[in-house]
Amino acid sequence: MMRKGGAPHSAEASGNGREALLARGGNGRGIAEARRRAWAVVALLGVLLAVAFVASLGLGRFELFEALWGPDPEKAESALYVLFGMRLPRVMAAACVGAMLALAGCAYQGLFRNPMVSPDILGASAGAGFGAALGILLSLGGIGVQVCAFITGVIAVAASYSISQRLARGMNTVLMLVLCGMVVQNLFTAFTSAVKFVADPNSQLPEITFWLMGGLANVTKENVWWLLVPLVVGGAVLFSLRWKLNVMSLGDEEALALGVNTKKTRLWIVGAATLVTSSAVSVAGMVGWVGLIIPHLARFLVGPDNRVLVPVSFLLGAVFLLLVDDVCRSIYTTEIPISIFTAIIGAPLFVYLIYKSKAGAS
Amino acid sequence: MTAAALGQPVLETVGLSCGYGQQPVLKDISLQLHKGEVLCILGPNGVGKTTLFKTLLGFLPPCGGSVLLGDRPTAEWGRREFAREIAYIPQLHAPQFSYTVHDVVLMGRTPHLQGQASPSRQDDEIARDALERLGISHLAARDYSALSGGERQMVLIARALAQQPKVMVMDEPCASLDFGNQARMLAQVLRLAEEGLSVVMTTHDPNHAFLLDGNVICLGRDGFVRTGKAAQVLTEAGMAQLYGVPVRVHAGADSVACVPLIGRDDNGEVGHGAAGEDRPKIEQ
Repeated sequence: MMRKGGAPHSAEASGNGREALLARGGNGRGIAEARRRAWAVVALLGVLLAVAFVASLGLGRFELFEALWGPDPEKAESALYVLFGMRLPRVMAAACVGAMLALAGCAYQGLFRNPMVSPDILGASAGAGFGAALGILLSLGGIGVQVCAFITGVIAVAASYSISQRLARGMNTVLMLVLCGMVVQNLFTAFTSAVKFVADPNSQLPEITFWLMGGLANVTKENVWWLLVPLVVGGAVLFSLRWKLNVMSLGDEEALALGVNTKKTRLWIVGAATLVTSSAVSVAGMVGWVGLIIPHLARFLVGPDNRVLVPVSFLLGAVFLLLVDDVCRSIYTTEIPISIFTAIIGAPLFVYLIYKSKAGAS
Repeated sequence: MTAAALGQPVLETVGLSCGYGQQPVLKDISLQLHKGEVLCILGPNGVGKTTLFKTLLGFLPPCGGSVLLGDRPTAEWGRREFAREIAYIPQLHAPQFSYTVHDVVLMGRTPHLQGQASPSRQDDEIARDALERLGISHLAARDYSALSGGERQMVLIARALAQQPKVMVMDEPCASLDFGNQARMLAQVLRLAEEGLSVVMTTHDPNHAFLLDGNVICLGRDGFVRTGKAAQVLTEAGMAQLYGVPVRVHAGADSVACVPLIGRDDNGEVGHGAAGEDRPKIEQ
């Protein structure tokens, strides 16, 4: 087989000083250039997010910016109310949820060494769905439902994690974790069905169904804190562990041999990703596809190195969900559940990305 | 060289038993690895080569006895400081993500990083040097997952070099390499040993041990263990006993090689060589 630039693996190859030096200089530049390009993508996405953010604030039936800078002081006052009471929470929530799901997806894909993994792999979404359904059944009200969803989301992941640790003993921990996640996920889905079965079909059942569809229509100012705090905490943990995430993606034994405390690192990553996913799901319901495709898209843009991939996923997720939410609330007279659109955009995009990466590999 | 001249071993096992849980697979293994030495672990499938390996690397706790790295048992070492002494080169496998070769080598710097830091410019420089030392600088910007087996194996060695260890532990470094690349790999191992690294490697081919001309440890069934120089341990009788097939050792002017015997027996059926006086004996 002929290889491009196939110098033999021998010391003699590097003996050819000039050629080796040229190759070295060239590649050194290639790597530096690739890194510069990656960070340029980060900067570009930052700008894009800022633009999309401001543009989304202006989107809606009420002409916000016109009123704000218009001559009518009364209109300006109601504009302020719309801005801080409705638009800002909504836009913030969309950006936060997108960033959170993408971040968790990115972390899990690295940790589980599998690009087909999404943030609900350990049962966070299924658990949160059950909690929300239960909260609605017990008529706990808005915040109560959210707290309930968050707690059950965390419980589901904790169950998957602790069962897998019991079972793993010297075997493939990652595989065990995925299997236990599947079991727990199915169990909680069954619990949700049970709650739906006993729920009042006239009031509670539709509410549960709408909640499970996902959406940001009922987001309030309080919800934004509910999202921002976990995002900052979980995001900071994942951002600081992003080099270790690279090493973890080599597999447990290699990571151990490279001096990483795999058990502790895994626990931190799973913990941070769960915090982020559970709070996102507890506010926005089941929003599929974001956690799966955004890290893919990010990898397509900047490569698999988590040092850049983590921030790029974060920004790309925020921009993506912000735009999808804009479509959801402006395309039709009533709002369309956001998960419908994430699927409609996500599924073909995913197929395209797989097609492209296959083409690149061959 | 006498034992005194070799000085203190870098890696040593004392009466080591190892295995999963309480059932030891291997018992009473004592071996020593000095600076610049190569040690081959040989033995048939399923005797516990991998188990010994994992115990040496600290993935498995010993069932009995101890593994000493320097003068301390491995259990007392922290994961990170341990990784600065011993590098592990796993068997070839296809990675999930398409990291660049440079990034893969850079991961070897992980045990030298402080806290949660990412690699610095200096680490980049060390990774570049490791690639250059192996003569594969031209691969730096390439996609690691798209390389050929031989190239990938060299990249893994570069990663181990970037770790700046005293010992390299290689799991069948020649397993999926073609004939020529196997020879290049073994030459590379010798070069590393000459530069002062100690290498432990497993292999299924006793010829590799002959080519490296270092120490071997043979792990056979039922607790059979033999250690020594390749030429002393890997005799026709010794290998026949180890692998359960007759083996012929051919000594040439500049090399020694062995081949298993396959032929027809007295009944004309395919078996392990013709029955004859000079056939290596298999002790049962």
